[in-house]
Amino acid sequence: MAQTQQEALTTVETAKKLGLLPEEFEKIKSILGRTPNFTELSVYSVMWSEHCSYKNSIIWLKTLPKDGPHMLAKAGEENAGLVDIGDGLACAFKIESHNHPSAIEPYQGAATGVGGINRDIFTMGARPIAQLNSLRFGDINSAKTQWIMKGVVKGIGDYGNAFGIPTVGGEVFFDESFNVNPLVNAMSVGIVKIGETVSATSHGVGNPVFIVGSATGKDGIHGATFASTDITEDSAKDLPAVQVGDPFQEKLLLEASLEVIKTGAVIGMQDMGAAGITCSTSEMSAKGEHGMDVWLDKVPTRQANMQPFEILLSESQERMLIVVEKGKEAEVLRVFDKWDLNCEQIGVVTAGNRIKYYMHGELVGDVPADTLVLGGGAPVYEREYKEPAYFAESKKFKIEDVAEPDDYKAVMTHLISHPNIASKRWVYNQYDSMVGTINMSTNKPSDAAIVNIKGSKKALAMSVDCNSRYVNADPEAGCAIAVSEAARNIVCSGGEPSGVTNCLNFGNPYNPEVYWQFVSAIKGMSAACLKFKTPVTGGNVSFYNQSSYEGPVFPTPTIGMIGILDDKNLHTSLSFKNEGDVIYLIGENHNDINSSEYLYSFHKVKSSPAPHFNLDEEFNVHQAVKKTIASGIIESAHDCSDGGVFVNLTESAIQSGLGFDISTDKNFRKDAFLFGEAQSRVVVTVKKDDEIALVDILKSSGLTFSKLGFVRGKDVKIDDENYGSVSEFKKLYETSIEKIMNN
Amino acid sequence: MKFGVVVFPGSNCDEDMVYVLSNIMGQETVKLWHKNTDLEGCDVIVLPGGFSYGDYLRSGAIARFSPIMEGVIQHANKGGIVFGVCNGFQVLCEAGLVPGALLQNTERKFICKNVFIKAQNNDSLLTNSIPKDRALKIPIAHGEGRYFADEKTLKEMNENGQILFRYCDEKGEITDDANPNGATENIAGVCNAGKNVFGMMPHPERAADSILSNEDGKFLFESILKKTGVLA
Repeated sequence: MAQTQQEALTTVETAKKLGLLPEEFEKIKSILGRTPNFTELSVYSVMWSEHCSYKNSIIWLKTLPKDGPHMLAKAGEENAGLVDIGDGLACAFKIESHNHPSAIEPYQGAATGVGGINRDIFTMGARPIAQLNSLRFGDINSAKTQWIMKGVVKGIGDYGNAFGIPTVGGEVFFDESFNVNPLVNAMSVGIVKIGETVSATSHGVGNPVFIVGSATGKDGIHGATFASTDITEDSAKDLPAVQVGDPFQEKLLLEASLEVIKTGAVIGMQDMGAAGITCSTSEMSAKGEHGMDVWLDKVPTRQANMQPFEILLSESQERMLIVVEKGKEAEVLRVFDKWDLNCEQIGVVTAGNRIKYYMHGELVGDVPADTLVLGGGAPVYEREYKEPAYFAESKKFKIEDVAEPDDYKAVMTHLISHPNIASKRWVYNQYDSMVGTINMSTNKPSDAAIVNIKGSKKALAMSVDCNSRYVNADPEAGCAIAVSEAARNIVCSGGEPSGVTNCLNFGNPYNPEVYWQFVSAIKGMSAACLKFKTPVTGGNVSFYNQSSYEGPVFPTPTIGMIGILDDKNLHTSLSFKNEGDVIYLIGENHNDINSSEYLYSFHKVKSSPAPHFNLDEEFNVHQAVKKTIASGIIESAHDCSDGGVFVNLTESAIQSGLGFDISTDKNFRKDAFLFGEAQSRVVVTVKKDDEIALVDILKSSGLTFSKLGFVRGKDVKIDDENYGSVSEFKKLYETSIEKIMNN
Repeated sequence: MKFGVVVFPGSNCDEDMVYVLSNIMGQETVKLWHKNTDLEGCDVIVLPGGFSYGDYLRSGAIARFSPIMEGVIQHANKGGIVFGVCNGFQVLCEAGLVPGALLQNTERKFICKNVFIKAQNNDSLLTNSIPKDRALKIPIAHGEGRYFADEKTLKEMNENGQILFRYCDEKGEITDDANPNGATENIAGVCNAGKNVFGMMPHPERAADSILSNEDGKFLFESILKKTGVLA
């Protein structure tokens, strides 16, 4: 280390303040062969934070299925997974959390989450074409939740709308466990021509390194470290750890980045998210097996006199690091000048493996790149885990513990207006869902969002799913259900599931019971992804989602799934089509109300197992639904999820204005039949003339199926009883959230 | 007929507009970069939706001073056709090429959804091919779309046939409930006194492709082609 170094050497106390463990401090000392200075220690603290290193999760993440017939880039290889979708095109997609920033600064926290995930896509050379998000909030009636929700939704909207990529799908779920710590997961999907992707790598001694985009400020310093601790009352004091977003810069950066790739001058490119310059320089260098000299004083800054560690750790948004082939600098500069963006050389690729950070010619940090990163020197921990007591306790629940309701209408009204089931239009009307003119679901709603690929016969299907209540009840089954529901949504919309990205939101991993939830969820995800041949292409882990005073959030492994419609005309909507059409249920009914919205919020029974689920049964239902859709006779298809068969039928009715007339099956309790959430069930409708054809296909599949009744009139009729008009239910469904929010 | 779609750095509906004009309507269409002043011989200039220069100040406030707008204003003043959609409409208002202003929605939220609009005449460049009494389903997507003009201006515009579209319900009734953003007199689209500059908040280019299951917006593009003699 240079003798001129002015900084005092660090101690284990400093290390602990930066979030490192004493043994990690010792490890750093042995890597460097000396005591690190403050700048170096800061670099290690962010790179070895959970957020960047996955140190507490990577052992289990590696057990997830990565291989699939269409994988071009597997999990961990690039910024996002890459799936071959045919016609010479690939789809890049990823989901990421921004929970902690959103907890204390909802607007900027959510906005920068959207910005970050889109950069992950276009840094690979793919143009984002669609965005989705998965949100979890606390009790909607609390003022704090409403403040968080308004900020988060406006943040996502303002950023995504200006950026100009449609938000085509998502989910919103409310539960008290999210009162302090909301979950904000954003997903982006992009398209790129195969062979035109760019890697996040750095090589070729002497090649110049450029920083492009926004100037670097003091925002977001230690953001990655902040994301790796529990949220507490004091977290608001960490406000400088939250970044500020500028979607206009992001839009310019998108266009300029895609344009600069076309020049052929780019060796490698990586966006700057968590841990800013530190992360991009070290990850690219480690991947390309080269070193780098970085001149921090050349970095355009917003404030004067920024310290080396501040420049290194800043999480200022809308920035990229680009390694350019020497001699082609002019072409790169021309593109960024066209888009009026900063483009400054801040370093050069060197031989060896060391990254040397300089400030005004003085060496301020010198670290081996590979020791910083996941798969290199970053620590890997095997955490202990233990089945929590509540798990065995929940299994004691029996349906007989709850009496059948006297007033079915009251249950129906409760469910259809419950914020977890009611229309989320208060949320999604604030998102531009139609820019790009590719959203095929706007006028033809389906279980998954369907996005047109212009100039091809194909369309993409996408869905984000996770029922946190199921996962809490049984993490392994619950997570397998999350994968299954995503796949079911895609299948019901006419698509073939092809790949998964995940966002694993859990509590503190040092709590063995929380870690048990994590491990169990991974096992469930593995099994389901193997079954559906949907490899996990990447994603993100967010631990520490708990408040110090309310315990952990419901474990929430959000599944983002992509599927392909080889023929976009197979797009199948969920709305009823014609008076007189026949309604069939594919799959098996059960006397099961476990973990249903009905049991949880109507009967207020909080402890019960996950709903009935069998992976093979689920898979077989998908195959049957695919066959019926391919036959061309299906008028509508909609999967049974929250709120059971009743909500399923009512949603199809609300979308069309057409009523239904069905009979329940006397072999089951009526409440279980109507409101139970047993999995692996899909409702389809066909024209009367096609009923025989449908029955033939279903019989040949060997599956259980049953006729429910007919699309008929304008009312909701069950067992010859009229429960009211579709328009009455529609009004409840559409306005219940906005009534609360606009109060 | 040659169409030119202006591209500001924050435009995000430019590609959609080009796609409809060239791929669906089959017209020669070029993009006009904001830093240039040359309109490349285009007959119809379209200002698309988006966030021109970020629009952190006020939508369209900076765009009106861009180099390309010099050419656009000259084109308009010579009687050339200019059509602004959403952010393009905001830019036209800021530039004074059409009367009025676009204020923040009454709900103070961005709103994106399908709405219905009704043409207020059937002889303008945008409305001549729209079936009489038909409510068109066209999406909106804006945070600042509440049309405002003072009473005197409104009176003149009404008398002069400058109000092109009003928000209505599915049946074509112009009601308060059908007004998504609080626009004065439910106004969704207008033109200048010379009837060569047109602006509207709803996005007809988002309702012109059959794969999206809504082609109501095509009537507007067909109207342009009919009025200019491209379509019989």
